[in-house]
Amino acid sequence: MIRSALLAVTAALCPLTALADDQTLDIAAPFELKGLDPALSGDIFLRLEIAETLVDSDAKGRLRPGLATEWTTSEDGLEWRFRIREGVAFHDGTMLDAAAAAISLNHARSHEGLLSRAPITDIRADGADLVVALSEPFAILPAFLAEYRSQILAPASYGPDGEVVALIGTGAFRTTEVSPPQTLAAERFEDYWDGAARIPALRYTAVTRSETRALMAESGDAELVVTLDPASVTRLSELEDLEVVSAPLPRVLMLKVDAASPFFDSAAEREALSMAIDRAGLAQVVLRYDASADQMFPPNMDGWHDAALPPLSYDPEAARALLEQAGWTPGDDGIMQKDGQRFAVELVTYPDRPELPLTATVLQQLFHDIGVDIRIVSSNSSEIPARHAAGTLQMGLMARNFALVPDPTGTLLQDYAPGGDWGAMGWDNPEAAQLIRRMASEGATPGDRARIAAIFRQDLPVIPIAWYQQTAAISDRVEGITLDPYERGFGLARAGFVE
Amino acid sequence: MRGLTGILAFRLAQAAGVALVVGVMSFLMIQAMPGDAAYRIAAARYGYDMVSSQAADAVRAELNLDAGALAQFGGWIADLLRFDLGRSVVSGEPVAHEIAHQLGATLHLSVVALLIALLIGPPLGVLAGLRAGGLLDRVLLVAAAGLRAMPQFLLGLVLIVALAVEAGLLPSAGHGRAAHVVLPALTLALGLAAGSARIARDLMAGIAASQHYAFARMKGLSDGQVLRHHGLRNIAAPLLTYLGLQFVFLAEGVVVVETIFGWPGIGHALIHAVFHRDVPMVQGTALVMGLGFVVLNALIDLAAGRIDPRGVTA
Repeated sequence: MIRSALLAVTAALCPLTALADDQTLDIAAPFELKGLDPALSGDIFLRLEIAETLVDSDAKGRLRPGLATEWTTSEDGLEWRFRIREGVAFHDGTMLDAAAAAISLNHARSHEGLLSRAPITDIRADGADLVVALSEPFAILPAFLAEYRSQILAPASYGPDGEVVALIGTGAFRTTEVSPPQTLAAERFEDYWDGAARIPALRYTAVTRSETRALMAESGDAELVVTLDPASVTRLSELEDLEVVSAPLPRVLMLKVDAASPFFDSAAEREALSMAIDRAGLAQVVLRYDASADQMFPPNMDGWHDAALPPLSYDPEAARALLEQAGWTPGDDGIMQKDGQRFAVELVTYPDRPELPLTATVLQQLFHDIGVDIRIVSSNSSEIPARHAAGTLQMGLMARNFALVPDPTGTLLQDYAPGGDWGAMGWDNPEAAQLIRRMASEGATPGDRARIAAIFRQDLPVIPIAWYQQTAAISDRVEGITLDPYERGFGLARAGFVE
Repeated sequence: MRGLTGILAFRLAQAAGVALVVGVMSFLMIQAMPGDAAYRIAAARYGYDMVSSQAADAVRAELNLDAGALAQFGGWIADLLRFDLGRSVVSGEPVAHEIAHQLGATLHLSVVALLIALLIGPPLGVLAGLRAGGLLDRVLLVAAAGLRAMPQFLLGLVLIVALAVEAGLLPSAGHGRAAHVVLPALTLALGLAAGSARIARDLMAGIAASQHYAFARMKGLSDGQVLRHHGLRNIAAPLLTYLGLQFVFLAEGVVVVETIFGWPGIGHALIHAVFHRDVPMVQGTALVMGLGFVVLNALIDLAAGRIDPRGVTA
């Protein structure tokens, strides 16, 4: 009986799966696969170099040719032509042409997303060119086409009802298995237009728990582990057979406030809140790296960061003084009051990023010190746009990525011209709104960017707290993996196993 | 065979009842959850960087969420009568397709866990029960209580640290290779084994102290013969029934264990579906788990009936 049970265990252990393979690069990351449509999981396909976009961007966010070799716009700015790269094969052996690119972009445009919000009237093929017609000039269109939802799949990827039924891209790796939500396997695509990759195969596993991911790095089960929690960074850094790397991200931890509410309707009140925040201490304790933000845009955002701006500082005494100038007086319980109303507000945040609720509790203490009472609501990320739309959001603590589109103007246009779900709320600054709209349609000069940074510093439509870093653990068995500040990839096509 | 037909008819009726109750309850619970479903679904589909009012409005229009809760529930029942569980509102895939995939992974994990538990728990319990109060019995009591009391979350991490990180024997987490199942299955199995060892020990101790057991020894049978002919069969039926109840422990366990080990099973899927307000997935998953419980109990009843034909009344 015991023998047959042992046999059964052995049989159950071996359900037709491959054995561990030294030639497969194992990647563990927190991002789950939702489905085949680039709108759902295109960010993963882009990072794994399975699918590509017409326009690419480098580590500084500068646009460079991708599947399009060059692009031009007409005099009136209403028509863009993208020259499609020749000799690019899809994973099914068909060749990329302008007609195939048009199918993918029209698919993206027909669904809610970035392209559906751009002033596009038509996308069509014209010989070797892809032509995009606009209803008004839109200088940041190439950056929109670099975003992951604009990636180009083969015509055979789309089923009869237009939905994505297969993932057939042009990238350096071709999928062999896609099993949402957790697993994706891919092999080297030998006919890749930019030269075949060195790594024979990839295996991507979505692991949502950060403790597990860190242990996978430590045990050597994953050669690349993306997004480490602060505690694990410290521990993994001490190990010898792996390297912990980090790269600054154009992602900002910030406090969104309703600038039309009686609590935050003056820049002085917002400045007071800002001065109550001990950013250095908070970054050290919660994020565990020195990442305190002294202005909105981090230093790696060329042209947007302005070192000459007066830094955001920590001064609770001055903060109280500012509130008192704005008409607030301390009540019996130490909480500020004005016209019979206590300075008591609700702060909404979400645990998708584990540091957010922690930061919220630290802020609660810091704000209490200047007589501001905060009640924390840790909910779903969608509560911030939902309450913004309903006009019931008072404060939201969030992490916003300015490089969703490689050109930050794309994000600013959604968030600050004049406001948006993940940006300003109740903020009235016509200069900023006009300037951002002009940058989007005509392009930005360095002066424009500095002006935006200065307006944000002076007016504080949102209160920046910290700048993010992306962290990863890389096994010393592999070389050539890089972290891209714009989160587009890991350099997998050029990476290899150490001989 | 009237007994068998009777059992099957009863179980079928029970299955229909379970389907209805599970469907209604999961639907009501999801409706009672705070927040706007369109926003939650949009956040699930597009991630926190991309969820916006426009995305939520598009979801609302696409899924016709404004039609109201009753219309949605009516649609689910109508689909169910056609054996159609609908489509996930997050991935757009048919729910039946997703569940088949996840259920396979969970069954694989559960079967391995049960087998490991059976290899560890009952044999140790029987040995301890044969010498009730002995050293093994006392050690087992402490070990079983400890393992049973330890949260699976902690036990899983302890096992990863010990067996994967320190000893380097097994992969820490993931899915796809044969060895990946061992640690999550062991995490589940230790808790299960602790319970079944205690039950086996108590049953064995009771039987070993009984008159018929003493009589069997008196008539000259060896220890092994007595155990095989008079001990094991007597403890098998109640032990089997107990293991059937353990399915609840297992179902609860897979939710935690699958999340820790990155195992793409039904427990993991259920948690996500609840977070994402993916009503068809929640209903489908809960339905399959509920029906699985009914089927398993029916099988256990049949098996227990075979082992002990006197009829199980408990």
